[in-house]
Amino acid sequence: MEKSLLEVKDLNLHYVVFGGSLKVLDGVNFRVGFKENIGIVGETGCGKTTTMKAIMRILGMTTAKISKGEILFKERDVLKMNEAEVQKFRRREISMIFQDPTAALNPVFSIKSQIYNVIKYSQGTEKKLTKKERKDLATKALSDVMLPDPERVLENYPIQLSGGMRQRVCIAMALLSDLDLLIADEPGTSLDVTIQDQILELLNELVRKKGISIILISHALGIIKNITHRTYVMYAGFMIEAAKTTELFSNPLHPYSKGLIASVPTLVGRGISNGIPGHIPNYSNPPLGCRFHPRCSYTMPICKVEKPPFLTVSDTHQVACWLFKKEGDKIGK
Amino acid sequence: MENSNILTIKNLKKYFFTQKGIVKAVNDIDISIKEGEILGLVGESGSGKTTVAYTVVGLYSPTSGEIIFRNQNIGNEGKNRSIKLKQEIQIVFQDPGTSLNPARNIYQILEVPLKVHGIKNRDKKIKELLQTVEIPEDYIHKYPQMIGGGERQMISIARALASNPSLLILDEPTSALDVSIQAKIINMLLQLQKNFNLSYLFITHDLSLMRNIASTVSIMYLGKICESAKCKEFFEKPLHPYTQMLLSSIPVLTDAEEDIKPKKVKSIGEIPSPVNIPSGCSFHSRCSKKMDICSKEDPIMAEISAGHFVRCHLFKQIEL
Ligand SMILES: Nc1ncnc2c1ncn2[C@@H]1O[C@H](COP(=O)(O)OP(=O)(O)OP(=O)(O)O)[C@@H](O)[C@H]1O
Ligand SMILES: Nc1ncnc2c1ncn2[C@@H]1O[C@H](COP(=O)(O)OP(=O)(O)OP(=O)(O)O)[C@@H](O)[C@H]1O
Ligand code: SF4
Ligand SMILES: [Mg+2]
Ligand SMILES: [Mg+2]
Repeated sequence: MEKSLLEVKDLNLHYVVFGGSLKVLDGVNFRVGFKENIGIVGETGCGKTTTMKAIMRILGMTTAKISKGEILFKERDVLKMNEAEVQKFRRREISMIFQDPTAALNPVFSIKSQIYNVIKYSQGTEKKLTKKERKDLATKALSDVMLPDPERVLENYPIQLSGGMRQRVCIAMALLSDLDLLIADEPGTSLDVTIQDQILELLNELVRKKGISIILISHALGIIKNITHRTYVMYAGFMIEAAKTTELFSNPLHPYSKGLIASVPTLVGRGISNGIPGHIPNYSNPPLGCRFHPRCSYTMPICKVEKPPFLTVSDTHQVACWLFKKEGDKIGK
Repeated sequence: MENSNILTIKNLKKYFFTQKGIVKAVNDIDISIKEGEILGLVGESGSGKTTVAYTVVGLYSPTSGEIIFRNQNIGNEGKNRSIKLKQEIQIVFQDPGTSLNPARNIYQILEVPLKVHGIKNRDKKIKELLQTVEIPEDYIHKYPQMIGGGERQMISIARALASNPSLLILDEPTSALDVSIQAKIINMLLQLQKNFNLSYLFITHDLSLMRNIASTVSIMYLGKICESAKCKEFFEKPLHPYTQMLLSSIPVLTDAEEDIKPKKVKSIGEIPSPVNIPSGCSFHSRCSKKMDICSKEDPIMAEISAGHFVRCHLFKQIEL
């Protein structure tokens, strides 16, 4: 198998909450190759952001407990890094565009001071920038993400910007650092499609020119289809399907993936589908066996008792569902 | 004046005065929504959609122009609106994460509007509201951070419905959610709209979603409306160059959809700012069909066919 830039192995995580724990990640496995764009899609609340925060090591230690698993970045285990190594890792190797731009920006500081702060750390201490260089760098970063009037934006506070403008500020800040892996958590939700298009083009260019890899998380399946090479589908804390992106959309296998893709509203105008029946599982007492079984229309007896392993259907397609187990398939790792 | 519009906006302007100049966020727009209609408001990020929404609910006072709610001009009342009026016009905010108070549980969140509007029998009403949005009753003791994004959005909707409004403004209510949950929320909203004859001002970037739910679609660019038409007509016959650029950029999944999109219009040129609006047609800096007149004269809104309005020099008013 080719070398991976990032490999997450059997990641298990629970949140400690008042009166119990939420078993959110239940053995997450995935990998990102060098210069690879991967997509992660899945239900609201299935643990996508949690997984990314675990990789960045920015989860609150007292509430988020990792009970098992490895996160290998260039073969080093991120979970075993000491504080100094983590700092360096975050400044030089990995960067994340956060889902909620309002929460990611500090409301009491101007955009300028927040960007300058990023510049200060991302450029290291070795080269000192003049005031002008710093301002030029910040202005350029903002115009790179198609923000009109960067000079005004620098002086503004987050509240004075529209939702999409705040999002682009966050993208600009993430791109200022040197990096090998960019995690983009819903980078397009509050942008109109023409700007979205241009920003995704910008991300694509980064992959081509700088040779970085990208993890793109999005509910907009059309975007995932257009720019990623491979896609993982996540449900209730684990990966249920992985395939070459084109293959996933032309031939989804897992019942959840099928339901998800069928829920996308179409331009042809056939009305709104009913969505997948049932509710998101309760993480304090998740279903046994396959976590999707209470909502699945193909449930078999084994689904209720045993968690399905990741089965290889073809070189480019894997699925975690008992429907795809063939006689003689070896179960277990 | 007889009129079947629940909301009529005339020549609305909203400017923000900042150190770096005047932000002309909403710059002379007309919008009308009929009783029981869903108006889809789509447009560039930063084009002023949320500002329109905030002005309609009275969070901002208009710089000039009229906002007419069922024959009553409510524009200049701004923050001093009567309780009755606040009851009639409600909003679901763009940001599901931050719009619910984390220090209150679901019961308390839903109780606030009921108290404000003097609604009795609150226990019963809260149960009904939760039922309407299909959230289990035992959620009343939970706090916003303990529930999922989709559920939080359902609670925001329930809160907006608490005062029995007749006009609901939805500012990207589902953009943070997965498509299956989105489908459920939208179906619920459509059902509510039918049952209670509600009218919606629905703001979204998702044109595919718009295609399936809006009665009328209006497109906003730099503080102005550039095209407005009945939904079907709009998608079958988009006219304004910005609209064509928008439609051609929609990311879709299937070939059937790819086929009905206009030919790819590459997005070119700098995106102008509302502080420094280009002369003439404000879209001319990005337009592929730009003519000499475009940078000199601002086109006026023309009715091209019944109910189809476009603001572009390429099109001329029909004789009605
Ligand atoms: N700090 C926390 N404490 C307790 N529970 C949490 C915390 N953060 C997240 N959760 C819960 O963990 C689950 C996974 O959340 P996460 O944000 O990772 O989902 P997601 O896949 O990113 O969803 P979305 O698509 O809505 O962004 C959710 O049920 C959420 O409510
Ligand atoms: N309180 C404010 N003070 C100063 N400028 C503001 C304020 N609120 C909004 N603006 C500016 O007004 C313009 C329109 O913002 P608005 O939030 O209405 O856009 P929008 O169409 O909702 O965009 P998005 O799709 O990104 O949410 C932007 O340029 C924004 O920076
Ligand atoms: S008026 Fe001119 S610049 Fe404006 S959209 Fe029409 S053709 Fe383009
Ligand atoms: Mg998330
Ligand atoms: Mg907005």
